[in-house]
Amino acid sequence: MLAIARTLVRRDLLVAMRRRSDAATALLFFVIVASLFPLGVGAEPNQLRAIGPGVIWVAALLSTMLSLGRLFAADYADGTLEQLALGAAPLGVVVAAKALAHWLVSGLPLVIIAPLIALQYDLERPLYGVLALSLLLGTPVLSLIGAIGAALTLGLRGGGVLISLLVLPLYVPVLILGAGSVAMAAAGLAPSGQLLLLGALLVVSAAFAPWAVAVAVRIGVE
Amino acid sequence: MLEAAGLDCERSGRTLFRDLTFSVARGDLVRVAGPNGSGKTSLLRILCGLLAPTQGEVRWRGTPIRRLAEEYSRDLVYIGHASALKDELTPYENLDIACRLAGVQVHRAALAWALGALAVPDLPVRKLSQGQRRRAALARLLVSEGVPLWLLDEPFAALDAAAAGYAEELITRHLKAGGSVIYTTHQQAALDSRARVIDLAVG
Repeated sequence: MLAIARTLVRRDLLVAMRRRSDAATALLFFVIVASLFPLGVGAEPNQLRAIGPGVIWVAALLSTMLSLGRLFAADYADGTLEQLALGAAPLGVVVAAKALAHWLVSGLPLVIIAPLIALQYDLERPLYGVLALSLLLGTPVLSLIGAIGAALTLGLRGGGVLISLLVLPLYVPVLILGAGSVAMAAAGLAPSGQLLLLGALLVVSAAFAPWAVAVAVRIGVE
Repeated sequence: MLEAAGLDCERSGRTLFRDLTFSVARGDLVRVAGPNGSGKTSLLRILCGLLAPTQGEVRWRGTPIRRLAEEYSRDLVYIGHASALKDELTPYENLDIACRLAGVQVHRAALAWALGALAVPDLPVRKLSQGQRRRAALARLLVSEGVPLWLLDEPFAALDAAAAGYAEELITRHLKAGGSVIYTTHQQAALDSRARVIDLAVG
């Protein structure tokens, strides 16, 4: 079962490698959106420090949304999703592997590049670590919850817009906790409360989201 | 081995077939016939468990396939309309991954031999023609001889005469080895004379 999950993660990474432009688009989108705000609101350092964590988190949310459409759509179109549903591993494991691959391609790069973006907001040095850590805990949740939306909108026309409507409200707790942890640290308090809650969200969504996605995929391939 | 009991299928409010009952034994060759839109593909998808019938159930060795889930999936190969190949990967990578996902361990040499036997070039699938894609999809059969049940939706579509002949030979060999094959086709195939027919137009 784990071997099958590993094969699938490797396959999705290989496909992503051969279509680098897709992953690069989402990442560039993140960089550009997060860079537009300092240009728009002006270079007042205190203001930038105040909005920085929130803006970076919102940009991460939107960038994740952008890549969600591809999570199952290609597999659905070329028939591989059917074969996955007929595979030797339970569908829950299969979709969890796909969500993991999605995170590796679109979530992890955000975690790595976020401290660089934070430079533009003049965040204090210790906050970089908190920001990266909050994204490290939060972006997998975005991939897992997003997978539910992606699976529910399989085969629908205009699915992309529908995913946003379905999934963005569910992202609110992640956004509040993620941006909140950095704001907390900026105020000189310990961000551990928010980070632990983010961790709890990650554990809960890793445990339950795959099964919801599996049910949605089964309905989708019918 | 495979039994269908009282299958009804309704798609978007239209009844495609009603009360379809049949069984498939070891070594049986079954052709699902009927005009376009009569529910051939739906029947195959019901038989492999991708689609739930409106009524009735499918049993595999006496147990409903709903209950068997992956255990049943391991005993079948389904080749659908879509070729299930990733455009970005080569046919070899596709076949290797498809086998692993189906839980079958196949040696590298066997994979290469299967693709060679069907003369599939080693290019990204994106660059292959329709017929070559179909060949690459059918290569799956060459490495699935141990899997008892084959469900093939239009296996000969887009194939040239040589490849179609080869595919028929494969099916014959599988039947001789005690496997079962259920297929749909619009082309005339030499196999048809030996096949039992389930005609969806009449039912």
